[in-house]
Amino acid sequence: MSTIPDRPRTLAEKVWDDHLVVKGEGGSPDLIYIDLHLVHEVTSPQAFDGLRAEGRPVRRLDLTIATEDHNTPTLEIDKPIADLTSRTQIETLRRNAEEFGVRLHSLGDKEQGIVHVVGPQLGLTMPGITVVCGDSHTSTHGAFGAMAFGIGTSEVEHVLATQTLPLKPFKTMAITVEGTLKPGVSAKDIILAIIAKIGANGGQGYVLEFRGSAIRALSMEGRMTICNMSIEAGARAGMIAPDETTFAYVKDKPHAPQGADWDEAVAYWRTLPSDEGAVYDAEVFLDADELEPFVTWGTNPGQGVSLNGVIPEPAEMADPNERAAAERALEYMDLAPGTALKDVAVDAVFMGSCTNSRIEDLRQFASIVAGRTKAPGVRVMVVPGSARVRLEAEAEGLDKVFTDFGAEWRFAGCSMCLGMNPDQLAPGERCASTSNRNFEGRQGKGGRTHLVSPLVAAATAVLGRLASPSDLDALTLTEA
Amino acid sequence: MEKFTRHTGVGVPLKRSAVDTDQIIPAVYLKRVTKTGFEDALFANWRQDPEFVLNQDAYRGGSVLVAGPDFGTGSSREHAVWALRDYGFRVVLSTKFADIFRGNSGKQGLVTGVVTEDVLEAIWAALEADPGREITVDLETRTVAVGDLQASFEIDDYTRWRLLEGLDDIGLTLRSEDQIAQFEARREAWRPRTLPVR
Repeated sequence: MSTIPDRPRTLAEKVWDDHLVVKGEGGSPDLIYIDLHLVHEVTSPQAFDGLRAEGRPVRRLDLTIATEDHNTPTLEIDKPIADLTSRTQIETLRRNAEEFGVRLHSLGDKEQGIVHVVGPQLGLTMPGITVVCGDSHTSTHGAFGAMAFGIGTSEVEHVLATQTLPLKPFKTMAITVEGTLKPGVSAKDIILAIIAKIGANGGQGYVLEFRGSAIRALSMEGRMTICNMSIEAGARAGMIAPDETTFAYVKDKPHAPQGADWDEAVAYWRTLPSDEGAVYDAEVFLDADELEPFVTWGTNPGQGVSLNGVIPEPAEMADPNERAAAERALEYMDLAPGTALKDVAVDAVFMGSCTNSRIEDLRQFASIVAGRTKAPGVRVMVVPGSARVRLEAEAEGLDKVFTDFGAEWRFAGCSMCLGMNPDQLAPGERCASTSNRNFEGRQGKGGRTHLVSPLVAAATAVLGRLASPSDLDALTLTEA
Repeated sequence: MEKFTRHTGVGVPLKRSAVDTDQIIPAVYLKRVTKTGFEDALFANWRQDPEFVLNQDAYRGGSVLVAGPDFGTGSSREHAVWALRDYGFRVVLSTKFADIFRGNSGKQGLVTGVVTEDVLEAIWAALEADPGREITVDLETRTVAVGDLQASFEIDDYTRWRLLEGLDDIGLTLRSEDQIAQFEARREAWRPRTLPVR
């Protein structure tokens, strides 16, 4: 196409250029084609209403898929949903899907689950495509080298009606992570450290591209964890160049390209990584060798430190806004500056969410809790990301590992990440959570959230206070 | 969408930074399936505090929210914009907005104006010196005025044009129907399809 500039381009620019329907002129946005539209019950009812009001159909039913996740119960899923408003929202999605002809995976279906777990497991998420969903964590799909971002309900309606979106080009930020992670350190720690480094607004206006040897070494699950939380740095999207790990993950998934289409796709996907000499608007570096397990202490995901550290002293913060936010956060979290993170006791551990509920995440959690018993008085919930992940975990016997440990083994959904269903913290309860947001009241009104990796969540569940797997080794040695 | 040119209304100082969408509208209110009637949900948790700014008589009927930096971070819920709009806000001023929130606002006729830190502090001071004071926001000239204080705010040209004209995005895009159809005709076979179910 004549619109493609003759200069080295980044991964993000390539995907953008290949989806350009109309180039915007005179300050108006570009019109971008959307390859895949994921739909769930919370942000879609008003969009379908809008279509109905204007007499518009869904333009591309074959590029649209819906699932139920935010409101779904994780217990007794065969019974009617008790909460009336949750039930209404889910029934509304079912009615809309039926009326407009949208493919829907309902509660009880083996493809039901968190929308960002379902897309990749069906092989619908693949490199070089554009993905949108009325959910900010759509950035997850960028792990495949797709351009994926969250949209609001008006935009959901827009994509349903036109399969396009008017968008202004984003700036690009390269985040290079070099080195080798120590044992007990994982993808979640990388992204928490990045957000702590650039701030909860540091990515604003950017598409982040994560690269470097530590990123290359990650599994697709780990890469999804990282891209998932790009939005917590304020970025519109996060991306990772596709490679052999990506291709191997996509291949033979139900909706992966087949035969000649597969060969054509892979040949194209190999052209996607950023060109040598491509220019980014900003660059950030992180040393993976030095990274320790990370944990948040405050009420935004940028308020994080090494788990070996202490709660920071707001008075020492130079920026008055940052200081005020920290003071407020510590008051809400009921924590004092200078306290060692590892001295912080928890009431609950939540293992789940679109950040960390895939099979590898569950395996990591299981590897730590296997053969152990949870700390007394701590409530531990394990919520798989999808019905399929649940089945896979059960086939491997992980459910038994969890229940023997004393954890609750639940059905799939967003669950306690945002507590739209009954899975909530009580006021004042403190939780180590593998989810993505530690906002005030996010996991239940008055609840206090510490964001952690599955490995840290597991060690914390064993000891009843924030802990890393290495603390358990130390414990075993002492006991011996 | 209603056209927006100029608005005068009571300014409400919200002296907090990084007000995320979970604070603007807690998740529990997202269960509704309507697009209006979210006024009770706005800042629902904070409004339980009698001292909260929206509970003060002087600011009743406020329509111009003047907030600290990084307003609207977090979730993509457009309900945050509906809640502000249903409550009666026509404008939010801040030194910085989260991207998705700002995009959503433009589609619902809510003006998000970016002012400098000095201007923000000056407006806060003016409002607090005389609670209940009115602010005038002029989208045509991109200026904000409180008494003698007059300053410019930033909003991108395209959003401003759409707000001034009251234009609906979908209608605008459908003018490009031919180009969309041409794009679809050359779209590669390997790209994902959700149907037929496999």
